[in-house]
Amino acid sequence: MDWAALRLSLLLGIVTVVVLMPLGAWLGRLFAYRRFRGRALAEALVALPLVLPPTVLGFYLLVAFAPDTLPGRIFQAVAGRTLAFSFEGLVLASAIANLPFAVQPAQNGFAAVPRALREAAACAGLSPWRAFWRVELPLAWPGLLTGAILTFAHTLGEFGVVLMVGGSIPGDTRTLAISIYDRVQALDEAAAGLMAAVLLVVALAALVLTTLLARRREGARDE
Amino acid sequence: MPNPSHRPRRTSLLPAPSRRIALAGGVTLALTALGRAALSQPRAAQAAPLVAVAASLSQLFAELAAAFAARSGGQQLRPSFGATGNFARQIAQGAPFELLLAADEESVLALHARGVFADPGLVFALGRLALFAPHGAPFAPDAMLADLGRALAVGAITRFAIANPAHAPYGRAAQQALVARGLWEAIGPRLVFGESVSAAAQFALSGNAQGALLPQSLVLAPRMAAGGRAALLDAALHAPLRHRMALARNASDAAREFYVFLQGAEAGAILARHGLSRPDLSRPAAD
Repeated sequence: MDWAALRLSLLLGIVTVVVLMPLGAWLGRLFAYRRFRGRALAEALVALPLVLPPTVLGFYLLVAFAPDTLPGRIFQAVAGRTLAFSFEGLVLASAIANLPFAVQPAQNGFAAVPRALREAAACAGLSPWRAFWRVELPLAWPGLLTGAILTFAHTLGEFGVVLMVGGSIPGDTRTLAISIYDRVQALDEAAAGLMAAVLLVVALAALVLTTLLARRREGARDE
Repeated sequence: MPNPSHRPRRTSLLPAPSRRIALAGGVTLALTALGRAALSQPRAAQAAPLVAVAASLSQLFAELAAAFAARSGGQQLRPSFGATGNFARQIAQGAPFELLLAADEESVLALHARGVFADPGLVFALGRLALFAPHGAPFAPDAMLADLGRALAVGAITRFAIANPAHAPYGRAAQQALVARGLWEAIGPRLVFGESVSAAAQFALSGNAQGALLPQSLVLAPRMAAGGRAALLDAALHAPLRHRMALARNASDAAREFYVFLQGAEAGAILARHGLSRPDLSRPAAD
């Protein structure tokens, strides 16, 4: 059992959620409430990682992370390392790969807030910021939570992108999914089997949690 | 008067995304079916045997296949490129490859021991490692890794790529060479592992790694030659990479013909051009 890989995968999942959720909430709210030119294109761009093979994203990121590109140069200047093969690079990659998993449930969460309530909040003189915290967020939070859990679970399962930009560095970029792959290729079935089982249990728990949350919300709304 | 905002709303949280996912799934299935129907393969391709090819041979295989096609009246092959360990794994699980061109001997012999192959096959090429330095690398490649060692000592190397030694033969050889030159400890924290030699090459070629130990057969490829400089490693630094090939029990005649072709002089000349030498093929295959 590669505990370092499990720790890394869990950490990557948590950091990705923390980094991505503010952006996911903002984009979800934008798509739910605003009509603007190019919205369909923006929504399609956010959904793109659902459709594209991770290798496409991985390939683009590998090229974009190179030290002679702008993002690569900035990161190298700040951190003294390359963005590829680093934990930060994985966070950036999985934040992009998980955009649809964070944004779409958030969008549905915000869309479920009755329009009349938002208008009432505005009529009552609440600033948009206070209306967001006092009215929208308390009603939309299950959507945000679903997005966070899906993002976390999906990050645990991320493989193709990490394979292409990670470099399988123990403790740094060798996530559980990569470690399983390495063990399978090395014909180490015992280790691969154990790690696969751990991943299965964690993923199942995350999805059960999501379903329970959604049901609780459904129940609350039917009352 | 009923307040419209208290009406139960039909927009719910989960059904919408699941509807989307279901729709996406349905569309995907329909497109797959369409694609299957549209891609009625030409007859020649249907009869083309599946060949599992070690990634170290990926750059020269097209040449081998073209020469074989010219020889055999247009017989095509369907190559699949990857790490030898990966193919060994897949073949052990019943993957339908008719011929395996491995980058080592152990994988083939282990599969033979499991009864996958009718015979242990034979070694058809001997591979060597090369040190590759992409343009702008902080060291000059040489046969004894001397300048790499110097660059490493002054902290100029941040990332160095090799294929994963856990399952890629050229990764194991790279490890041997680095150990032999006493660089393994120093380079350890700088190493990144490619899933195959091709991935390691891509890491270096894209500039993300500052150097790589790769098969000589790979660095001679035009794309690599254009992307940096390389030096053939001293043969004493690692055990020779004995590329063994073997036929599956159910191999087609076409696969058997290609197996024979690979032992011939024409194939030998192509291999030699790409930095792979020949073992003595007249010797009986070792078990």
